Amino acid sequence: MSKLSRRALITTGFAAAGVSGLAIASRLAARYGLVPPDSGGLFGPGETLTYAAQRLLTRHSMAREFAPSQISKPPFPNQVDKLPDNFKRLQAGSFADWRLVVDGLVARPASFTLAELKTLPRRSQITHLACEEGWSYIAQWTGVPLAFILDRVGTLPNARYVVYRSIQPDWWESIDMADALHPQTFLTVGMNGGDLPVSFGGPLRLRVPRQLGYKSVKYIVSLTVTDSLKRFGKGLGSASPEDGYAWYAGI
Amino acid sequence: MADSVWGPASASSAPLANTRPRHSALVRVTHWLTTLSFLALLLTGIEILISHPRFYWGETGNVLSRPLFTLPIPASRATVPTGYGYVLPDQNGWSRYLHFQAAWLAVLTGLLYTLYGFLQGHFARNLLPDSAARSPKRLVAAIARQLRTRPGAADASSYNVVQRLAYLLVIFVLFPFVIWTGLAMSPAVASAFPAAVTSLGGQQSARTLHFFVTIALVVFFAVHVVMVWRAGFRARMRAMITGRPKDSL
Repeated sequence: MSKLSRRALITTGFAAAGVSGLAIASRLAARYGLVPPDSGGLFGPGETLTYAAQRLLTRHSMAREFAPSQISKPPFPNQVDKLPDNFKRLQAGSFADWRLVVDGLVARPASFTLAELKTLPRRSQITHLACEEGWSYIAQWTGVPLAFILDRVGTLPNARYVVYRSIQPDWWESIDMADALHPQTFLTVGMNGGDLPVSFGGPLRLRVPRQLGYKSVKYIVSLTVTDSLKRFGKGLGSASPEDGYAWYAGI
Repeated sequence: MADSVWGPASASSAPLANTRPRHSALVRVTHWLTTLSFLALLLTGIEILISHPRFYWGETGNVLSRPLFTLPIPASRATVPTGYGYVLPDQNGWSRYLHFQAAWLAVLTGLLYTLYGFLQGHFARNLLPDSAARSPKRLVAAIARQLRTRPGAADASSYNVVQRLAYLLVIFVLFPFVIWTGLAMSPAVASAFPAAVTSLGGQQSARTLHFFVTIALVVFFAVHVVMVWRAGFRARMRAMITGRPKDSL
C-alpha cells in the first residue's frame, strides 16, 4: 500500500469517526434534553453548547442569595411598554380580578386569583437580577414557588417545558422543567417587604433567578405545560428568539 | 553571541527551514481560528457594551447607582443617561449570539492549542525564554537588548525573548482571565461556582475587569500587528499561512 493511500485511508477513517461521533452526540443531546429550541440557524452550535454544558453543570445549583444589607436602594425598574387597557381596568380594581390560568399537560387545569395565590405557602429570596444590557440590582422577592403550583395542578410525566405569558401582547417565554421545578423559581407577588410594584412586574411576575432578567416576565396571566415548543409562536421557544435574543439566558 | 537568547542560532537552523515549516500546521490553524474568534468577540463585545457604557464595582450597578466610570459615548438604550440627544440602534440580539459562539470557538481552539503546546513541547521549545536568559538579571538584559533591536531576519526562524514573554502572558494570563471574568457574569455559572464571582469582587466587578482585560488584549493585538508589519508583513504572513517563510519553496 502506498504511503499516500494509507494517509488517505486514515484521514477518511478519522473523518467518518468524527461525523458519526457528532451524529451520536446530537442524538444523545436531544434525548437528554440538551438541545435548546432555537438550536437551528447560524448560532445554533454555540447555543447548544452553552445550554448542554449548563444543563450538565448547573441543573440543581442554587442562585446566590444575599444579605438584607446588600439589597439595592433604590432598585432600577426597567422601562416597560405602555400597558394595555385590560391591565388598567384590573389595576383600577386593585387586581382583585387578576387571574392566573394554568393549563396544558396537567391533570387538573386551574385558575388562581391573587388572593388564592397569597394563601399558598410563600417563600422569600434575596437574589440578583441581571439585565442582558449589563446592569443589575439585588432585591428581596416573595412569592409562591412555581414547583408548588405545578404540583397542585399535577403535571403529567411527559411535561418538558412551561410556557408563560404576560398580559402585554406578544410577551411570552418558556423554561425547561429543570428551571420550572427549581426551588428558586417563584411566581412573585412581593418585593422588598411590600407588594410587587407595577414597574417591577406587579401584581405577578415569574422570577427565574438563574437566568437573565428578560426571562423574568412581568404581569403573568397564564402558564401552559407542554412537551414541545413547536406549536408556540414560530416554534423557537419564546418571543425572545423571534426578536433575535437567545431562548436560554443562563449564559 | 546574542543569537543564543533567541533559541537555536538562525545560521544553524537555516538548512532545516527548507524541510520543516516555520510554524507547525496546528499552530497555524489555531492562530487563525483564534484571530477570527477574537475579532468576532471584540466587535460583538463593543456592540453589547454600548447598551450600557457605564462600569461599576461590586455585585450590582445600574443607572440609579454611582458608576466607577462612564465611557463618553452614546448608548443603544434610552434608559442610560449619556448626554447625547440620540440613541444608537439596538444590536444586542445577534451580538450576544455571536459573542458566545465565538467564545466557544476561542475556548475549544485554546484547549486544543494548550494540549498540543504541552504534549508536543511547543511551549518548552518555542515560548519559554532560552535557558541562557532564564536568570532574572540575564532576562532583563536580553529584554533591554531586544527592545533596541528592530525585528527582522534575526528572529525569522525563532521568537525573540520579548515575543516569548508577550505570547506567554497572552496565553496563560490574559486569555484565561478574560474567559473567567466573562463566565463570572453568567447567572447560571455564578450559581454553580459562586467563588468564581466573589473572588473577583462581585458580578459588576467581573464585568469591569472583563473590559480591562479586553483593553490589554487589544493593545497586544495592535502591537503584534505593528511588529509583524515592521518585521516584513508578507514574509511573516506567509510563514503563518503556509508555514514557509520564503516563497522560493
